[in-house]
Amino acid sequence: MLLNMGPQHPSTHGVFRMVLWVDGEKIVDVEPHIGYLHRGSEKLCEGEQYHQVITLFDRLDYVANFNNELVYCQAVEKLMGLDVPERAEYIRVILCELNRIASHLLYVGTIGLDAGAMTPTMFAFRGRERIQALFEAVSGARMMHNYFRIGGVKEDLPGNFEQMMGELLPLLREDVEESDRILTFNEIFLSRLKDVGTISAEDAVDFGFTGPCLRGCGIEYDVRRAQPYSIYDRFDFDIPVGLDGDCWDRHWVRVQEMYESLKIVDQALEQMPAGEVVSSLGRRLIRPPAGEVYVRAENPRGEIGVHLISNGTDRPYRLKIRPPSFCNLSAIKHLLRNSWIADSVVILGSLDIVLGEVDR
Amino acid sequence: MLNSVKGMMLTLASTFTGLRKPVTRQYPTVPTPVQPRFMGFPALTWDDGVGEPYCTGCMVCIRNCPTQCMSASMMDNPLNEEGKSSRRKIVDYFEINLNRCILCGICVEVCNFDAIVMSHEHEMSTYQRNGDRVDLPALLDIGKKYQVNTAWIPPTVLAKAKKEAEDAAKAAAAAEASSGETAAAGQEAT
Ligand code: SF4
Ligand code: SF4
Repeated sequence: MLLNMGPQHPSTHGVFRMVLWVDGEKIVDVEPHIGYLHRGSEKLCEGEQYHQVITLFDRLDYVANFNNELVYCQAVEKLMGLDVPERAEYIRVILCELNRIASHLLYVGTIGLDAGAMTPTMFAFRGRERIQALFEAVSGARMMHNYFRIGGVKEDLPGNFEQMMGELLPLLREDVEESDRILTFNEIFLSRLKDVGTISAEDAVDFGFTGPCLRGCGIEYDVRRAQPYSIYDRFDFDIPVGLDGDCWDRHWVRVQEMYESLKIVDQALEQMPAGEVVSSLGRRLIRPPAGEVYVRAENPRGEIGVHLISNGTDRPYRLKIRPPSFCNLSAIKHLLRNSWIADSVVILGSLDIVLGEVDR
Repeated sequence: MLNSVKGMMLTLASTFTGLRKPVTRQYPTVPTPVQPRFMGFPALTWDDGVGEPYCTGCMVCIRNCPTQCMSASMMDNPLNEEGKSSRRKIVDYFEINLNRCILCGICVEVCNFDAIVMSHEHEMSTYQRNGDRVDLPALLDIGKKYQVNTAWIPPTVLAKAKKEAEDAAKAAAAAEASSGETAAAGQEAT
């Protein structure tokens, strides 16, 4: 039987369509259809000036906006050989790690929904809401911040930032612990996720998995550690890895990552120096020399890469984005074949895709 | 089985010990306050001292807008001819299509005349397709509201005051240092 799932299906996490061929309750084959959210971001980038492109990167992975802005800014900075002031680096790291927590909290909420648990969603969204309130105070927007600049950040943190963080962090730790406690080792949740959607480490590497999906298979690979960018080499954090690459391992890795991010935020807050937040070069018209760079960074979903080619004008000549969700999604056929229909939702959920990034 | 009971206990425990205050906000009925830096729709500011907009219609913001949602034109300022205003040119016509605006704040950043602000206005849904193409008077209205509500001071004035304060502090420090030196020199001499 042919079963159509999506594009307007609550469990496809956006506008994503799967055509399933099923035999009874078993999935025989699956055909994913993407492109419903295609906005031509890469082409649009070629028509925008360098400082305007940041707004487009905000809209790629719309749950981890700061991380996207960071990788683009780093690409241009590398091309121009621009040094970023210390304080700006710390601000960036703090915001990026908070955004990672927000993104993983959203994931915890949605995987709970996919597996049939309603309560964790509410708890997770409460935590995410706190982070977004902080983002609004810092950047002026809850989601589309446009706050990072080439060579720093837009403006210094608000005066009461320390106090806000002091209030936020204990509450956030509680939220993370609570969503962990009620969901991760829950009996029903375990039986829905354990040994479901298993992928071997070799297959995962072949499919180009990165991020929590790869680490769930037991491979310790994190761009923050493998090729430290920004100032990530200064922090002490662990890289959680799973054992057998099933849905539950991917979930567990994400939950542990939230604790690690909290650790990084604590350290960064302690070490943060005072000073400038944007280098003086970044305030002028940005016109990098001709050349090309490839920069990668660890997004909540995996490794995002930006290949930027400049021909010396004020607009990029070509900008190619390597989106983590897209590569992780490419394994959907492999994962879904021979699984049950009921599991398809959980498997898709555990890949944690964001369609804004898959379709670009 | 045992685990299910444990899970149930956890649920019950959360129900009773967790009698926390609800965090839900009754948003449309009860307005939610926004943060001071909140970026709502862009609006134009009004110079109360002279009685004209700050905007000179220089088009810098229009060239920098990523979505090309604004248009403007400038004219000779009649108040300048009368000698009342220092602005030689003034905005004649200004329109922002707020339906296209992505609230990025780039226009505010590039404006050299403090003429445009990200107001706190964010509830502007209309039933017409072009209902949010707002013109100069409407933009000034939103801007005036913002100026009053937030006791707005032009950013260049703020920056100037800050710089002066810093310079004064530096000068004071330098004066102190030099006076300290002379005092020390005086002591040595005696
Ligand atoms: S708002 Fe500012 S930048 Fe835009 S036209 Fe007016 S004066 Fe020029
Ligand atoms: S906020 Fe951005 S999109 Fe809106 S008018 Fe200003 S520059 Fe254009």
